[in-house]
Amino acid sequence: MDAAQALADLTEISSQIEAAVLFDGEGGVQGSTLADESAARALATAAGALLESATHFRTGGGEVRQLEVSTHEGSVFVVCDGERRIAAVTGSDPTAGLVFYDLKSCLRGAAAEPAKPRRRRRPAADSGEEKGDGEA
Amino acid sequence: MKRKLLGLLGFATGVFVGSVLYRRSTERRRERVDVYFDDGSMVSFVDGSPEAETLLAAARDALGAVRR
Repeated sequence: MDAAQALADLTEISSQIEAAVLFDGEGGVQGSTLADESAARALATAAGALLESATHFRTGGGEVRQLEVSTHEGSVFVVCDGERRIAAVTGSDPTAGLVFYDLKSCLRGAAAEPAKPRRRRRPAADSGEEKGDGEA
Repeated sequence: MKRKLLGLLGFATGVFVGSVLYRRSTERRRERVDVYFDDGSMVSFVDGSPEAETLLAAARDALGAVRR
């Protein structure tokens, strides 16, 4: 499954998510539900800044796995899986557990190898065998 | 006497339940930041704390970028 398909699935299953963007550790956008490319980049940049700021909350190190910032206008969610990241925007007072679950599923889906097309069996006629009705 | 006592008890229960619901609803509306780390720990900051202010500003930027 590619990034676009994973994001399409995400918006289909989660009615709470208004917009989402898949990006990497350097802020490069890999996919987005936003039509406006500059808005997608801005969301990825802001999400990167959130992660960067949150890292400083722990003096002993430790990687940030996920975060939620809840404001009166809405909430911003960011989930990390190695170098892959996803950020999403929701309305106010979302069901945080569900949103995190959907975002993690989307990240996994985007990382998964695309399914290989199944090899078709060659028809019996091509293999040189005759399927007759017993005539010899 | 018994009726009066029951009325008083009902009133007290109503006040208690009302105050709990009010507190829960106002708490939910507070702006906050929840950060989860890879070791399973989590920190939470509410608005007014310096830690939350930085992240709330970045979150407003994100919301603004999407909704403009």
